[in-house]
Amino acid sequence: MQKPNKHIYTVSEITGVIKGLLEDNVGEIWLEGEISNFKAASSGHFYFSLKDQNSIILAAMFANANKGLKFKLEDGLKVICFGKIDVYGPRGQYQIIVERIEPKGVGAQQLAFEQLKKKLAQEGLFDLSHKKPLPKMPFSVGIVTSAQGAAVRDILQILKKGAPCVDLVLRSVRVQGEQAAGEIFEAIEDLNNFGKLDLIIVSRGGGSTEDLWSFNEEIVARAIYNSGLPVISAVGHQINTTLSDLVADVFVETPSAAAKIIVDKKNALLAELAGFRHELDFSINDAIGNLENRLTALTHTLKSPLDRCLERQQQMDELSSELNYNIRHFLELAFQRSNSLVQQLEALSPLSILSRGYSLTMLMPQESIIKDISQIKAGDKLKTALNKGAFISLVEEVFDDERKINI
Amino acid sequence: MTKEKSTFEEDLKKLQKIVEELSSGKITLGESLKKYEEGVKIAQSCSFALAAAQRKVELLMKKDGKLSLEKFDDSDAEEK
Repeated sequence: MQKPNKHIYTVSEITGVIKGLLEDNVGEIWLEGEISNFKAASSGHFYFSLKDQNSIILAAMFANANKGLKFKLEDGLKVICFGKIDVYGPRGQYQIIVERIEPKGVGAQQLAFEQLKKKLAQEGLFDLSHKKPLPKMPFSVGIVTSAQGAAVRDILQILKKGAPCVDLVLRSVRVQGEQAAGEIFEAIEDLNNFGKLDLIIVSRGGGSTEDLWSFNEEIVARAIYNSGLPVISAVGHQINTTLSDLVADVFVETPSAAAKIIVDKKNALLAELAGFRHELDFSINDAIGNLENRLTALTHTLKSPLDRCLERQQQMDELSSELNYNIRHFLELAFQRSNSLVQQLEALSPLSILSRGYSLTMLMPQESIIKDISQIKAGDKLKTALNKGAFISLVEEVFDDERKINI
Repeated sequence: MTKEKSTFEEDLKKLQKIVEELSSGKITLGESLKKYEEGVKIAQSCSFALAAAQRKVELLMKKDGKLSLEKFDDSDAEEK
């Protein structure tokens, strides 16, 4: 085989030979490695390398093969692939054409979940700042779940018993299977568009991770994120945390717990209202009590002017009796004084002089007292008053001087 | 159900304000009595709304993009 026929291959020829050798001898294989240089072409094909410590091999995964892939291929991801070894002539490269790919270690679904979770977290879908507060009291609540499921029964039963004031609008959806995510997404939108609601509960009873998978779908997470109404997520049992839970404004572990939130709100409000009533009563009684106290105090202060008034009255009584005394005293004094004056007057009275033998002579008819002789002339009629009695006389003669009389 | 909900939180806020005003003791007795009466009325109507038991359970249906309500039989919930 060494010398006899010296065949000169063309490049394509030898490439074809190598291709045939590889495909025939290696063919379809399982291959384990770490992804690097991952590229998704616009055609939809994926190109990447698989490597381990020492070696590297090119890999291609065509669009038809990667279409149903649940998780995202990325550099550093350890995978197990199934495919066939192929030679790509134009580049003289051998490569593996990947038909199926699985993440190594974790399940594909789990990986997809982690990847989506990371992506949504980076976008801020789980941010606390985006979470809406629940209303003080949701009087009308929308529920997204299956009308046939256990979740709706639990919720209805608890609310009927604990908060029968709450109206419920149920939007029935499939909660597992391929159509479920789309229906849940639509139901959240519909309940938002319906209006008149205070709150939406997105719920499903317990089940396997696969059963709950719809609540990990991106469109469901985004619908919850974009919901104008606050959303409570209540999916499955304790241990399952779905992306719905992480995006929702409030998440609880079971459908019953979602209903209990509302019952608790109602009871807390009733207690708060009772407290308000109590405070109102207390305040008004306090206000009235205060006023009563003030009134009593004022009545007390009112009493003392009355006392003062009485005091003044007493004072006045005293003063007036003093005044009486003074007046009486004054009158007595005046009386005494007038008595002595009367006596004095009596002593000076012409009558008392008359009693001593003097008389008064008056010119008639005017009865003017005659003090001087010039007042009369002969022929005048005179009245002379004595101590006792009087008499009328006629003037016979007038003398200037008494001593000149000579009878 | 719409009337209740739109006023409930407002009523609650109003009530809280009245309680604060009244407990401050800064208003006259006449005003206090008025506020008290108003407060009691609000507290009663709020409690009444919470204590009501006339709930409706309805099913939101969608046909040709149109939303409509149907009665939902929740007698199941009564049993258990």
